[in-house]
Amino acid sequence: MRFWLLIFFLVSPAFSWCQVRISGKVTDTRKNPLYGVSIAIKDSYDGTITDSAGNFSFSSSETGNQVLVASLQGYATFQKTISLSPPVQPLDILLKELITELKAVTITAGSFEASDTKRSAVLNSIDVATTAGANADIVGALKTLPGAQQVGESEGLFVRGGSAAESKIFMDGSLVNNFFYSSIPGIATRGRFNPFLFKGTVFSSGGYSAQYGQALSAALILESKDLPDQTEANLSVSVIGLGGGIQKLAKNKRASWGLTYNYTNLGLAFAVIKQKQDYFKKPEYHEADANFRIKTKTGGFVKYYGYLSWNRLGFRTADIDSFALKDVFKLENLNTFQNLTWKDKLGGGWRFQTGLSFSTNKDDIGNELNDEDGQKLIITNPIVYALKNFNVHNRDKYAQARAVVEKKLFALNKLRIGSEYLYSEETTNYVDFQGALFQQTVKDNFFAAFSESDLYITNNIAARVGVRAEHTAILDRWNLAPRVSVSYKLNNSGQFSFAWGIFYQNPERKYLPAAVPNLHFSKAIHYILQYQKMSPERVFRAEAFYKQYSDLYKTSPNLVTGQESVSNNNGYGYARGIEFFWRDKKSVKNLDYWISYSFLDTKRDYLNYPVEMQPNFAAKHTASLVLKKFVIKWKTGFNASYSFASGRPYFNIQYDPVADKYNLRDKGRTINYNALGFSMNYLPHLGKKNAKMFSVLVLTVNNVLGQKQVFGYNYASLNDHKVPITPTSKRFVFIGWFMNFGIDRTEDAINNNL
Amino acid sequence: MKKILFIAVFITIGSGLFAQSGKYIKAMEANIAALDSSFKNPQDLLAVANSFERIADKEKNQWLPYYWAGYCQVIYCYMVTDKSGIDPLADKAEKLLNKADSLQPNNSEISCVLSMLATARMLVDPQTRYMQYGMQADNYLGKAILQNPENPRPYFLRGQGLRHTPEQFGGGCKTAMEQLKIAAEKYVSFKPASAIDPNWGEKQNQALINECNK
Repeated sequence: MRFWLLIFFLVSPAFSWCQVRISGKVTDTRKNPLYGVSIAIKDSYDGTITDSAGNFSFSSSETGNQVLVASLQGYATFQKTISLSPPVQPLDILLKELITELKAVTITAGSFEASDTKRSAVLNSIDVATTAGANADIVGALKTLPGAQQVGESEGLFVRGGSAAESKIFMDGSLVNNFFYSSIPGIATRGRFNPFLFKGTVFSSGGYSAQYGQALSAALILESKDLPDQTEANLSVSVIGLGGGIQKLAKNKRASWGLTYNYTNLGLAFAVIKQKQDYFKKPEYHEADANFRIKTKTGGFVKYYGYLSWNRLGFRTADIDSFALKDVFKLENLNTFQNLTWKDKLGGGWRFQTGLSFSTNKDDIGNELNDEDGQKLIITNPIVYALKNFNVHNRDKYAQARAVVEKKLFALNKLRIGSEYLYSEETTNYVDFQGALFQQTVKDNFFAAFSESDLYITNNIAARVGVRAEHTAILDRWNLAPRVSVSYKLNNSGQFSFAWGIFYQNPERKYLPAAVPNLHFSKAIHYILQYQKMSPERVFRAEAFYKQYSDLYKTSPNLVTGQESVSNNNGYGYARGIEFFWRDKKSVKNLDYWISYSFLDTKRDYLNYPVEMQPNFAAKHTASLVLKKFVIKWKTGFNASYSFASGRPYFNIQYDPVADKYNLRDKGRTINYNALGFSMNYLPHLGKKNAKMFSVLVLTVNNVLGQKQVFGYNYASLNDHKVPITPTSKRFVFIGWFMNFGIDRTEDAINNNL
Repeated sequence: MKKILFIAVFITIGSGLFAQSGKYIKAMEANIAALDSSFKNPQDLLAVANSFERIADKEKNQWLPYYWAGYCQVIYCYMVTDKSGIDPLADKAEKLLNKADSLQPNNSEISCVLSMLATARMLVDPQTRYMQYGMQADNYLGKAILQNPENPRPYFLRGQGLRHTPEQFGGGCKTAMEQLKIAAEKYVSFKPASAIDPNWGEKQNQALINECNK
């Protein structure tokens, strides 16, 4: 009986009469005091939290041996059995930090991220769409970031002294071969894809991951959206065309499909805004895309995206080798792109990502020399006039398969292994002025395998170490490209990153002859050092880089077609520079702005360059200021951007058949580039509850001040006469109305969730 | 002897349980009483939040301590000035509220706090996050009203949100007042299930009404 009484007293808290004081201090492993640590006697109400000096003190009515628990988010929970017989000695508690995604440093060297979900993102999809001067073009917006050049005479991303061909673009892991509309002489064509297709964009201006290859300079990695929030329909009307689309979300919210169609015709715009070119066929585009997305039971996604586009245009420009003659350029293009991907979890910390993509491109290009009345003219003496009459029919097919598996190891450490296979078949039919056909087909079987691991040593130090091996049938060679990237976080939310890597690339298709013996990969080595300090409202970043090029392709003329083709790997060069980026959403209310500046010092000897020199696509100084202000009272966003680039070199390189070498006949530097862009978005339905329609009225003006822009010079064939390459019009104005008919299912959502 | 033993055991357990529940109510009441004054000082609020969490971890199958701990953590999110620190705190609050929800599913009060949590996440970067968290916050309030039409808090929260939304976005006093008035009426007739059940917001609701009446 006495035994039971004892138990009775021990277990019944109502009978506890003694209070014992427990105190101590909590620090991390570096002896820094920890604030807000929860201290508790397990299975009791007794406890407290630590103050800013890490101290705690509380009294407990518990007795005997009890478990003391100290816990704080991001740290391993501490447990210790203590005896609660007074006096209890003060406790010194050490909490070990856990490596968690929220706290761990992110590897950022060389890359800019635009994402709607990730915390390390610098931009989001709305930023891309509303950057003035970018015309809702992804690459247009990226040109306001450091590293990218303001090249206006041809399409592509020119990054840190690299040519457009040295940047590659990937969608959900698959290479996009014809990301831009087909080249038009003297005009920078846009990217084909709508920025709202993507939830994340990583623009890597160097030192990118071993998952990607075949780009000496840069990789643009696009990740498509998951399921839409609701079923909706879109309609757009603008000065350049009409469009419509639908996104249907399944009732169970696990799948969706969508279709869009756009028709663009620049006839109306060109009637008002005078173009440099005299169009006899106004640019006309038909574009359609289709998608489906299925969320799997395990949280993975199957995604399909298919794109089909047909476009044509034709114009005349003044012939450079004569006073009154005209050059005619005609283009008709048919392009398809299809990408099917599946990413999912396998269990046991394994994930996989697979993709299949197939694309085709068909270009029919016609060049003619016309007389004043627009009649075709064949002048055979001198022959250069006759050579202006030709047709090119390009037929390209690409297929790609890709698989990546990822294993999550302890903490955040990960290992990725993957492989990809690419088949390409590119046929060129060149028809000369006499109707002779020169046909050439280049096929490649390209294989790559890579392995990469993310290593988190502590929350403050992380490394990504990877290696990539590639084999290409064109060269019949292997390469091995190691890549390393390390980030170290300081205590004040600043971090240093360093990246190093080797990058290889095949010769460009347009310079590929039938066969060249002993050709190998062109190569670049990147060294990047970065400092970044980031908060949700401010980003500062400084990056210095050095790139060493070797084995760049040199070309020589094909004596039959006059086409330049690769002859050896004797080219070389370097690029070095420093870049700054500052974004601030905080200092001025409702004003968001960013400033970027790039300094670039680069020289190379490649293609037909007679000596090592600064390429014509590289400016020494490039700067951009982007402003975004939303005036709530007017429901209108105002965006402006100012871009500056110092003059770029231009030159006239001519082949001397007698000496069998290229000569630099003329050279110079263009005037500085200045452009002010402006755009306005008016959202009339903003804030109207239960409105079935949401619309945006957009007005954009490029080169508002009409500043003179010269991108380079074209040279005559027979003498040193040169003509500046300028924008097609002084400025361009776009007005559009984008309507979104949300099929609001809020009520359904509530009912389904109940 | 067996009988005595049996009775002794019975008394032990019984009185223990009784004492336990008495202690539970008392501890909860003390914390709720401490809440009001703790809103002035983040550290005090965090201390109360932790105290609720300790009770929750001990009781395990009471939803109220988890609810209140989550509620405190959400309010704490609003007091933090460093925006980059909000997401981890919100994650913690969400964990607590999910526990409360699993013990007491379809509860209008929990939906209210989940709505406040979504708003806290939205405020980290309203421009980017509005589509996701702004809509989520509103959906939770809709849910809260369906779950208990007599609960004044969803109307108060909706009114409070509208009060701080610019007129051009469909907010402002005029639209807010409709909601605040409904809330005020419901506060009059609302009776909490017990002294430790949620019964907050009436004063703030009145303050907003006064502000808008000025």
